[in-house]
Amino acid sequence: MKKISIDPITRLEGHGRIDIFLDEEGEVANAYLVIPELRGFEKFCQGRPVEELPRITARICGVCPEAHLVASAKACDAVYHLDPPSAGKKLRELFYSAFFVYDHTTHFYVLAAPDFIMGPDADPATRNILGVISKVGLEVGGKVIEARGRALDIVKMLGAKPVHPISAIPGGMSKPMSEEEREEVEESARWLVEFGQFTIELFNDVVLGNKEYVDLILSDPFTLPTYYMGLVDDKNRVNFYDGLVRVVDPEGIEFVKYAPDEYLDHIAERVEPWTYLKFPYLKKVGWKGFVGGKDSGVYRATPLSRLNAADGMATPLAQAEYERMYETLGGKPVHQTLATHWARIIEILYAAERLLELTMDPEITDRDVRTICTDTPTEGVGIVEAPRGTLTHHYVTDEQGLVVKCNLIVGTTNNYAPISISIKQAAQGLIKKGKVVSEGLLNMVEMAFRAYDPCMGCATHSLPGQTPLEVRIVDAAGEVVERLSQYTG
Amino acid sequence: MMAGKPRVAFYWAASCGGCDIATLEIREKILDLAQAVDIVFWPVAMDIKYKDVEAMEDGSIDVCFFNGAIRNAENEHMARLLRAKSKVLVAYGSCAHEGCIPGLANLSDREGIFEAVYKESPSTENPDGLVPQTRYELPEGEVEIPAFYDTVRTLGQTVEVDYFVPGCPPQADQTWAVFEAFVSGDLPPLGSVIGAGEKTVCDECERVKEEKKVKEFFRIHEIIPDEKKCLLEQGIVCAGPATRSGCGALCPTVNLPCRGCYGPPPGVVDQGAKLLSAIASVVDADTEEEARRIVSQIVDPIGTFYRFGLPASLLRRRKIQ
Amino acid sequence: MAEKDFEPRIIAFLCNWCTYAAADAAGISRMEQPLNVDIIRVMCSGRVDPSFVLKAFLEGADAVMVYGCHPPGDCHYSEGNYKTFRRMPLVEQLLEQYGIEKERFQWGWISAAEAPEWAATTRELTRKIKELGPLDWKGYLDGMESEGV
Repeated sequence: MKKISIDPITRLEGHGRIDIFLDEEGEVANAYLVIPELRGFEKFCQGRPVEELPRITARICGVCPEAHLVASAKACDAVYHLDPPSAGKKLRELFYSAFFVYDHTTHFYVLAAPDFIMGPDADPATRNILGVISKVGLEVGGKVIEARGRALDIVKMLGAKPVHPISAIPGGMSKPMSEEEREEVEESARWLVEFGQFTIELFNDVVLGNKEYVDLILSDPFTLPTYYMGLVDDKNRVNFYDGLVRVVDPEGIEFVKYAPDEYLDHIAERVEPWTYLKFPYLKKVGWKGFVGGKDSGVYRATPLSRLNAADGMATPLAQAEYERMYETLGGKPVHQTLATHWARIIEILYAAERLLELTMDPEITDRDVRTICTDTPTEGVGIVEAPRGTLTHHYVTDEQGLVVKCNLIVGTTNNYAPISISIKQAAQGLIKKGKVVSEGLLNMVEMAFRAYDPCMGCATHSLPGQTPLEVRIVDAAGEVVERLSQYTG
Repeated sequence: MMAGKPRVAFYWAASCGGCDIATLEIREKILDLAQAVDIVFWPVAMDIKYKDVEAMEDGSIDVCFFNGAIRNAENEHMARLLRAKSKVLVAYGSCAHEGCIPGLANLSDREGIFEAVYKESPSTENPDGLVPQTRYELPEGEVEIPAFYDTVRTLGQTVEVDYFVPGCPPQADQTWAVFEAFVSGDLPPLGSVIGAGEKTVCDECERVKEEKKVKEFFRIHEIIPDEKKCLLEQGIVCAGPATRSGCGALCPTVNLPCRGCYGPPPGVVDQGAKLLSAIASVVDADTEEEARRIVSQIVDPIGTFYRFGLPASLLRRRKIQ
Repeated sequence: MAEKDFEPRIIAFLCNWCTYAAADAAGISRMEQPLNVDIIRVMCSGRVDPSFVLKAFLEGADAVMVYGCHPPGDCHYSEGNYKTFRRMPLVEQLLEQYGIEKERFQWGWISAAEAPEWAATTRELTRKIKELGPLDWKGYLDGMESEGV
């Protein structure tokens, strides 16, 4: 049997390889997403003081360290049986909202947009952020750099560093926010809400306005009915920081809603010997193989899943977009994997609105943002929505607070089975007997995983190296570089 | 200097991706960089594949910035490959420099890690006790995955490294200074640490330092420290005294102690031992009994003193009986 | 696992004024001492940086000793030995976490007048380590760093 390997897969975080096996007729017999990496956090967190885990587990991912930091801090709260003060929780959520804006913006503009704006078959040298800028204009490029910069500067201000910030700790936040800082954040938050709206308009024009892309989004190779998971607040609206985990079935009916400490009743993980990553599935439905549908325990936890699992968004502009998306795509739930990109930008808007809302909260500059942990520690679970999916941290400690057991179900891990199915579907749908397997075709297979934004939003910029296009961009407007550095951070 | 534009590569081994994001924290300056050099390999950002690197001539990459630790056979293969293809190899970031957080896995071994991840995990259903195999026969064909080693190694323990840039991750101003140094050619002798200071974090920290006499140690969740005074003086273990400067002492600005991610200060071989010595020396005890009582409040010496540098330490790993 | 012909290699950091003098006196008095102990003279036990202990183990020591003057009053530099008893308990904890048996690290106080004490200590430690077997740290590292599953 002939094997085609895409090695490594690119424009994502982490290492991966896709092995496509063709039978004698040239049809795809199967396609495997092989994950060759493992670091072993579940083991080496054992013996560590639990309060150090937020800073340690942040190193699971350098693009979404905030997700691990906050999930870990929440798990530690649970281990010590406490709730941070109200201002502490709000400050954590404010910090978290800024991070969400930054992360989703990075993924949409740098990883995803090239496929839609340049086209999936475009020359790989142009299929990157610089190609995007050349097509939609320098002003857009400048806006994207400014959006990332503003959001990341909020993270830096509140968390000490832009990569691996540290201030979410057991009991709350290690430092309150001053009024001066709040004013800066408010200014950026307003700008970012506008940026969220701008992004939606761009998507309308460039993606939804292009029939070819709309057909691609709605096509069978990119459609997969599964269960959908996301955190919801007490009104079943999307919330990234806190709430209950809600799962709906492929018809959109609520299947279960569970609290963090109940996760083991609902989620199980499967081991396959040909990959280092495990496959989570819904325990009560069971593992039925790499298939979708109501009888299979495969579920998805992505921006689209969050919107599918919720009844709405908690902020007005995002809610209007939410309604428009479902109206356009024919109701809930939406099974088209590529629509995840749309859901993601609705979440950018929500995150920016939520950031502004929290910035205006009268409590937000309160000095009382943390509680001292005094109880004897035992066990706890902390769950947040990472940009890539529901993130679960579960710790068991001894009475000294040293970790005895650490279990982690990470955002992208939730989606390993569905990504595998999506890749196989895309490969089978696109690679047919007699058809030349071109680079562009393989890239379309990769588009199947990119929609999930696997683990890392990767580079803010993708650099082609030697294209005249790149040089022209810089040369054509002499001072361009300086103009793009409007936002000096 | 270099004929034509310098050819630059970026690669990541066992890493979290933070060093690639950190590289991009030079923000709009990335465009200056893209103008000044040709980036010939950067899997996270570009579609150049491993086979393309293998096809390059030896020494045809002028500088390779390699982040991530050496955890498995693929990491080692790429370290050797990029060493051969590069004139200058830079260990960028704490993982490549001294093992960093993944290095804590040296407190265990492959078996211990596999047991925890694939068998003992409470959410894992694995009745047959399966673990990943380097070669596995699927119905359609064979799939290979890289061998997972017992011990995490640094880049320098695997191949000859020309320069080390410390930090988890390196801060943006330091990264830019490193790029400028390469472009201008103004570099210290091979084997040097670059992109960092020559003192300790205490030197950069703005907190007020008076006298260090510690009668009690507090863990970070047990105390709300004064925002202006030295954290160590308040009984919070801080790695500042034994950590190289260069980061700007950021962590103490949010009331949390340094944990040592910039590695040992100049002249220090084993950061953890030096830090242990520094911390113990300020214990305010006049009897062995009192000293024991106070230091027993430091609950995880190896994980605290060697948080980022276990593979690079003298002993490198725990002995598993 | 004790090997029959195993002769432990023990490195001892001894302070010049007390324990080194005791060892000297033990030798002159022809007290029975094993040949397994190699002495490194330091001016004060407070001079012993924890990294010396680790380096000794790395370079082949099967056991390490650190001995100095009795606190509170005997230290030639007044409080040098205070540094010792502040550091060594943490070194003990660290070695345990490194997986090195606690019998392999021994520290304490032996004065210049306690030559028999010194001789007995070395005899006892050598006996214990003979039973425990070699540490061979570098050999262990080699085994744990080879390629492949």
